[in-house]
Amino acid sequence: MRDNNRALEIGTGLFVLLGFAALLFLTTQLPANGLKLTGYRKGYTVSASFENVGDLKTGSPVTMAGVRIGVVQLIRFNPKDYKAVVTMRLEPQFDQIPDDSFASIQTQGLLGGKYIGISAGGSDTYLKNGSDIEQTQSAIVLESLINKFFAGYASKGEETKK
Amino acid sequence: MSAALPDALVTQSLRKLGAVSVFFWRMLIQCGPALARPRLIVDQIYNAGARSLVIIMLSGLFVGMVLALQGFDLLQRFGSEEALGTATALALLKELSPVITALLFAGRAGTSLTSEIGLMRATDQLTAMKMMAVDPLRYVAAPRFLGGVVAMPFLAAVFSIVGLLGAHLVGVKLMGVDRGSFWSQMQSSVDLKDVVEGVVKSAVFGVACSLIAVYEGYHSEPTAAGVGLATTRTVVASSVLILLLDYVLTAFFI
Repeated sequence: MRDNNRALEIGTGLFVLLGFAALLFLTTQLPANGLKLTGYRKGYTVSASFENVGDLKTGSPVTMAGVRIGVVQLIRFNPKDYKAVVTMRLEPQFDQIPDDSFASIQTQGLLGGKYIGISAGGSDTYLKNGSDIEQTQSAIVLESLINKFFAGYASKGEETKK
Repeated sequence: MSAALPDALVTQSLRKLGAVSVFFWRMLIQCGPALARPRLIVDQIYNAGARSLVIIMLSGLFVGMVLALQGFDLLQRFGSEEALGTATALALLKELSPVITALLFAGRAGTSLTSEIGLMRATDQLTAMKMMAVDPLRYVAAPRFLGGVVAMPFLAAVFSIVGLLGAHLVGVKLMGVDRGSFWSQMQSSVDLKDVVEGVVKSAVFGVACSLIAVYEGYHSEPTAAGVGLATTRTVVASSVLILLLDYVLTAFFI
């Protein structure tokens, strides 16, 4: 009877532990805006202004040459110049990015999520905590491209200026 | 006769609904005192949860695998296989893992609860407890109910994790979706709200399944056939209620 109880208690303990571990993984690791336990304070932040961020989200990757070097930490609207300010947290080992680098919002695949791609500039000074990326390119919104195309197409047909 | 039959049906359903509600309320009152005997609840968590783990994990693995297979086939037509991670994760977390876990739970743990309590009823054990001034609601029904309620969200979470592994196995290893985009797209598009939706659903299903199982057992006819019928009713009622509640909860969350 004693042994029987012991097995039961161990079994229940293992089950509860496993359940908690699974819940913990689902709430902290899986969602980008999940409750992060570690690594939140690592690295440094830089920000950049964009005309249009498309559906860029908090937690979207920031890449350089296709390699992930950080995440989007915050997106807010600047009412002064009507632009979106994106704050990115870059990992500490990537601390030699020229401060005249170029940030653009790109898309993974046709239906994929948005991410920020950074291409290196030629400056000798590097980005540091709190600095701004001046040169940016907004997300390409497919609808506006199509609109432009058809507007141009129609005006050409009627020989009127767009 | 023709008018009396629907009448009787309506009255009967209403009566049953009322009986279940009253039973639920009386059992909830007894849940507080039952918490003072954690030993009984631990036994039930073991019975309902730990012993359902194997079937839950096996089902989760295959559900995740088939989801990846179907999802890949579908997404391939639009040339966006990278979205496979997102598709499987959202389907599992929000819908499949709470629902399938609850259905399996009703079949695996619900039936055993009903037949156990039904047999106690048939062999007059519940009456004997009352004779000794021991409330069977407190010592039989409430711990079993609480055990089921605690076990369900854990089971659903394990189901999700194993399902994701199954999806990874088929999607990445077999179908050749890029591993990095599989997981990073999943992470960037799954919201904490989606995870919470799954957990809330499974908690509600846990309450519903356990309540039905305990109620049916407690009120089964004290015969062999009566216990069998009660067990059948548990599975049927739980399954229908799970799917119905699932729709209501989904509409609530969207």
